Amino acid sequence: MSRTIRGSVAAVSFAAAVLASTALSAKTLVYCSEGSPENFTPALNTTGTSLDAARPVFNQLVEFERGTTKVVPGLAEKWDISDDGKVITFHLRKGVKFHSGINNFKPTRDFNADDVLFSFNRQGDPKHPYHKVSGGAYDYYNDMEMPKLIQKLEKVDDYTIRMTLSEPNAPFIANLAMDLGTIHSAEYADFLMKQGKPEQFDQIPVGTGPFQFVAYQKDAVIRFKAFPQYWGGKAKIDDLVYAITPDATARYAKLKKGECQVMFGPNPADLAKMKEDKDINLLSQPGLNIAYVAFNVQKKPFDDKHVRQAYIMAIDKAAIIRDVYQGAGQAAKNLIPPTIWSYNDKVKDYGYDPEKARQLLKEAGVQTPLDIDLWYMPVQRPYNPNAKRIAEMMQADLAKVGLNAKLVTYEWGEYRKRLQQGEHITGQLGWTGDNGDPDNFFFLLGCSAARAGGQNLSKWCDKNFDDRLVKAKQIPNVAERTKLYEEMQTIAHDEAPQMTIAHSVVFEPIRKEVTGYKVSPLGRHDFYGVEVK
Amino acid sequence: MLTYIGRRLALTIPTIFALMFLTFLAVRLVPGDPVEVRTGERGISPERLAQFRHELGLDQPVWKQFADYVSGLAQGDFGISLVTKEPVLKEFLTLFPATLELAFFATVFAVTFGIPFGVVAALRRGGILDHGLMGVALFGYSMPIFWWGLLLILFFSVQLDLTPVSGRIDLLYYFEPVTGFMTIDALISGQEGAFASALSHLVLPAVVLGTIPLAAIARMTRSSMLEVLEEDYVRTARAKGLPPLRVIGLHALRNAMIPVVTVIGLQGGTLLAGAVLTETIFAWPGVGKWLIESIFRRDYPALQGGVLLISSILVLVNLGVDIVNGVINPRVRHGR
Repeated sequence: MSRTIRGSVAAVSFAAAVLASTALSAKTLVYCSEGSPENFTPALNTTGTSLDAARPVFNQLVEFERGTTKVVPGLAEKWDISDDGKVITFHLRKGVKFHSGINNFKPTRDFNADDVLFSFNRQGDPKHPYHKVSGGAYDYYNDMEMPKLIQKLEKVDDYTIRMTLSEPNAPFIANLAMDLGTIHSAEYADFLMKQGKPEQFDQIPVGTGPFQFVAYQKDAVIRFKAFPQYWGGKAKIDDLVYAITPDATARYAKLKKGECQVMFGPNPADLAKMKEDKDINLLSQPGLNIAYVAFNVQKKPFDDKHVRQAYIMAIDKAAIIRDVYQGAGQAAKNLIPPTIWSYNDKVKDYGYDPEKARQLLKEAGVQTPLDIDLWYMPVQRPYNPNAKRIAEMMQADLAKVGLNAKLVTYEWGEYRKRLQQGEHITGQLGWTGDNGDPDNFFFLLGCSAARAGGQNLSKWCDKNFDDRLVKAKQIPNVAERTKLYEEMQTIAHDEAPQMTIAHSVVFEPIRKEVTGYKVSPLGRHDFYGVEVK
Repeated sequence: MLTYIGRRLALTIPTIFALMFLTFLAVRLVPGDPVEVRTGERGISPERLAQFRHELGLDQPVWKQFADYVSGLAQGDFGISLVTKEPVLKEFLTLFPATLELAFFATVFAVTFGIPFGVVAALRRGGILDHGLMGVALFGYSMPIFWWGLLLILFFSVQLDLTPVSGRIDLLYYFEPVTGFMTIDALISGQEGAFASALSHLVLPAVVLGTIPLAAIARMTRSSMLEVLEEDYVRTARAKGLPPLRVIGLHALRNAMIPVVTVIGLQGGTLLAGAVLTETIFAWPGVGKWLIESIFRRDYPALQGGVLLISSILVLVNLGVDIVNGVINPRVRHGR
């Protein structure tokens, strides 16, 4: 028998011994989740399913306040930012306990700066002993450009960490609240390395979070129990169980029967019934996302903003929201959703006006009928339930003003690549936010993303807009940043490099006996602070 | 007999080799590779894309990937899942007992009801019972599993509150798997009520998965019974004044069962294919559900390993059926 197998058998036997007596207590919350986690180390994952499964166990230095995108202290009690915005000093919380592992790990010390160093160096340092463990792809860490941003990471003392950035970066703190900033136990990592089982680090999670990991039965159930010594106070529920139920109708049936108390992703067709169900509270909130049509401003006649405006006015957006989103969408007038700070509610959407559209096209000297294209995604996305249907409705609307849109699509990977190369004239795509910072959306219209292959699909580079974008990213003052982002929304509206379609509305059905549950604009499912009556 | 078995075995080898090639090819024909599935709207720098492809071996020519795959298989290595980083064989073996348990109970259901349905229909040939039962069988045969499963959940679990909606056992019970078969593990655990809970969780998925085999078995039993009932020895038995139950139960049914047993054996494919959907609806943690997730994630090793393992099991089941047939029936053995 190999050492790994022997180790696993020992771990399983130990877990069995510990758990033989485990019975679910009265205060149990069962969450009907949608799929199986890939592992329990958030830094390795990008899917909501896997991240949701690990979150109960962990904390970050700074965290998103539950139900908002506001960044609040986590394992760092406070932080100072130097005047030049490049040095951030974190003062760590004292007396924070780590969980014991179900594989015999017993922590001998509290959380300290070594754990912070371990958690970031594993991702950023290719020579770190854990860097290659479990495949070692740290997508978010790289995508958020952390290797470029973090120039130096130092332990000042056991409870102080200093990060030096290569350039001032206001959204950086929000980046740290993302799952890539999850803090692990360096002592646990050493313990497993000495036993020759480093891969267990990502399968049996040990953290400082409100719930400790109990067991994962592959593809079936994940069990957690409240951690009594949690620094924020013990959770109000004793046991947290994820019942993995891939089918939305089966999840709803389980919720109705009380086999689970909170469920993931309802079927749009079930929403009306859920609203009437006396046992269920249907919570909702606009998602942190946007569906849009990008106009390629490098192609005629879309280099003229009047043509772009005419296109927008030709489309009956309300009909799309009604027929395609079926109540699960909110018409978008800005790139950012209203749940993000700096949302400019004063911006007035163009409205459906085919007559004016025709007039604008005429004034711009466009000869109609004009052949254009309209690309649509071959797949469903969180922000867009049916891109093809939207494209068909738009095609019909555009025809009425003399724009003959040819519908185009490709295989999903190919589709994104070609859009980013700017091969389209007009094309649909969207975005789901990561950290609730406005920059995380507005960069999509920045000049640096307008290069071929960049994410600015309009290939639009406006100095007025971009100067503000760059400036807002560098100043830490929220009020000043807010002003700049508000102005940018006005510019984007007037110049119309894209037509914003909708923010999808996220629905979360929970049973009436559940209190304190908050819908996360970030699409998370957090159970600390939740109670079952 | 040994020659016959040897011949059957020799035929199995090219089949398995063809399976290896087809599964390898099929997973690569699905648009989008594991890296593209992972990146989403975010976009990815060409350098990182190249690095990912290199790490996953996707930058190698396809023939080289296939050669590596085959040489791994020759050493019993089915590869490592791209998603969980666990060996594919280990994942398969963890999940397969759940599928097997479900398939077993589905077969029990199909046989328990299918054979009596077929017999009754044959005895009442042309009557209301015959038309009714065969109508039900046809309905069962053409029923989309997904729709059937949801219908049963809504009716029996939600409306009548008779069965649990999904899962293998009530969440109240927890014990480490010993055999992987929940009913057996529940008995071993000694926890009160665990076995009953495991059984109650099996009812709906077994019915859903067993419906198509039930229909096939009922139809085969009926036609085989009709044929046998016309035979001289049945007439003789009747003429001798044997009680009808004895004629049907002993003389007719036993002989009518020969083709039915073959049909039961051939249901293996239907059961494993049906398991993919049934397991997804009933959140049944078996290989079917695992394969579906592997498709969405373009987890090539899991997908090609899983499909190859399942197909090989089917090939072996068919081989077993052939050998048993050869044993019972000398005409098969001698190729006549």
